[in-house]
Amino acid sequence: MKKNTLYIASLLTGFFGLTAALSPTSPVPKTADPAVSRAAYGKIMTVLRSPRCMNCHPSDDFPRQGDDRHVHLFNVQRGKDDHGLPAMRCNTCHQTENNAYSGVPGAPKWGLAPRSMAWQGLSDGGIGRVMLDRSRNGGKNLAELVRHLTQDSLVLWGWNPGANRALPPLDQPTFAKYVREWADNGAVLPKD
Amino acid sequence: MEIHFELNGAAQTVEAPEQTPLLWIIRDYLGLKGTKFGCGTAMCGACTVHVGDDPVRSCSFAVKFAEGKKITTIEGLAQGDALHPVQQAWIEEVVPQCGYCQPGFMMSAAALLKHIPQPTDEDINNNVANICRCGTYFRIRKAIHRAAALAGQTAPHKI
Repeated sequence: MKKNTLYIASLLTGFFGLTAALSPTSPVPKTADPAVSRAAYGKIMTVLRSPRCMNCHPSDDFPRQGDDRHVHLFNVQRGKDDHGLPAMRCNTCHQTENNAYSGVPGAPKWGLAPRSMAWQGLSDGGIGRVMLDRSRNGGKNLAELVRHLTQDSLVLWGWNPGANRALPPLDQPTFAKYVREWADNGAVLPKD
Repeated sequence: MEIHFELNGAAQTVEAPEQTPLLWIIRDYLGLKGTKFGCGTAMCGACTVHVGDDPVRSCSFAVKFAEGKKITTIEGLAQGDALHPVQQAWIEEVVPQCGYCQPGFMMSAAALLKHIPQPTDEDINNNVANICRCGTYFRIRKAIHRAAALAGQTAPHKI
C-alpha cells in the first residue's frame, strides 16, 4: 500500500515536473492533487518571505530587523545556541511577549532559526526542501512541520508583531489553511 | 499585581501594574537611582541591570517577569565594602566623563566577566553594546581588561 502510494506520488510529480519531498510518516493520499499543493505553496511563500519570518532565518550569524530587513543594530549575533552571545543574549532586550513601553518585540523562545534552517538567498523550492529535510528541520516529519508552521508560538508572533510592524500578507487562519492544503496534497515543491 | 523578587540581596515585594518597566520599579518604587533612563527602547543600555547572571535592559523588562528572580543593580555590585573589580578598574582608569551611562556600562561589563573572565577586544565589542555619547569607549575597553586582571588576582578591593 505504502509502496503504491509513493509510486503514484512519483508519477504525479514527474508528470507535473515538480519535486515532492515526502515524509515517510505522511503518505500522500490517493486523492492528492499536486496542482493544489503547488498553488498553496505559492501562497505560503508570500508569508515565509515576509520580514516577520525571514528576519530570523538568516544565512549568516546576524539577525535582521524591521520591515526593511536591515542587519540588527548593535552587532547582535547568533551565538552558539542561536540565542545570542554569552553576555549579549536575545533576552537582554527581548522577553516572552511584546513590550508596549519600549516597542521591543518578544515571544517565547525568541532567537534565530538554526543555521541549518537558513532561508536567506534560497529559491522558493530551496526553502521548501530545507523545511522538509528532517536532518535540517529538527527531525520534524510533515505533520510536525505543519504543526510548527501553524501553531508554534514564535511563528504565531508574526501575526502579533506589535509596534506597527507590517503583518504577513495573509492572515493566520488563511495561512494555516494553505499550509494544510499544501501538505495534504503531497507537499509539492517547485524545482526553483 | 503583587510581585516578589530579590534586589541586591534583599527580599522585595511591590504592588504595581504588571507591565510597569522594572526600571521604574527600581528607581521610583524602591528609590535606587543608580540605574538610569536613557532611550527607553532597550537600545542605549543605560538601564542595564542583572537578572540572575544575565544583563537585561530594565526599561524593556515588565516587572512581572521579575517574580522570584534575583535582580542586581549598580548599587549591589560591590560586596559590602569591597568594590567589584569593574568598579575598581573604572576608578583606576578614570573612565567616566559625564558619567550618566556608566552604571549601565559597568553592569554590562560585570556580566561579560561572569561569562568570559578574560575577554578579548572582540569579546568586548560583541558583548557590550551600550552607548556613551561622551565617547569613552577606549577607556571602557581598557578598564574591562583591567577588571579582568583584578578579578584574576586575590581579594576584592576595599573601599
